[in-house]
Amino acid sequence: MLHIVNKSPMQSTALQSCLRLAKSGHALLLTEDAVYAATQAAADKTGIATAATRMKVYALLPDLEARGVASKLAAGITGVDYAGFVDLVAEHPNNQSWL
Amino acid sequence: MKKFMFVNRKAPYGTIHALESLEVVLIAATFDQDVSLVFLDDGVYELLKGQNTKAIGMKNFSPTYRALDGYDVEKLYVERESLDARGLSEADLLVPVEVLGSSEMAALMAEQDVVLSF
Repeated sequence: MLHIVNKSPMQSTALQSCLRLAKSGHALLLTEDAVYAATQAAADKTGIATAATRMKVYALLPDLEARGVASKLAAGITGVDYAGFVDLVAEHPNNQSWL
Repeated sequence: MKKFMFVNRKAPYGTIHALESLEVVLIAATFDQDVSLVFLDDGVYELLKGQNTKAIGMKNFSPTYRALDGYDVEKLYVERESLDARGLSEADLLVPVEVLGSSEMAALMAEQDVVLSF
């Protein structure tokens, strides 16, 4: 299953709920304001660093670049472009957007 | 002249708040008011260096913060607690600001005539 989160980890509980209910081996894609969670400064606090040890975590590169944090991606997180986003959706049998 | 404070609490691009705030700031400056900007919570992300919005097809409005002094808007305040919570420091920001602790920020807020929140 692919989980998609687009809300800032500091202003919404969407990421925390996702991490609580996502199973090991699932994939997580961070987009829009959720990409801040994938930065070195935030990965520990937001639980993304731990999540990356049990599931595959991706962050959308165009959103990282727009926010000036593309060079600060935390270890264990994979950056993907829009084509990669489409591939992830196609590869997984189902997905959930945590709005 | 009235003291106008603009309180920015949202990250750029994910919502329209940051850009709308900037538009109103420029209008207020045109009317020769005493304008100050405050960046709290995710609002501090508005000032991060190195923003490049080419791939998301939105306007990169971050250079506008550097142009504000041309409109006599020179008072930019950032809350230290908000920077700390996000692992950021003044060196990560694209424009000179004054970093204040919560209690100093509260005092500044209390002395305004008008506070506009974004």
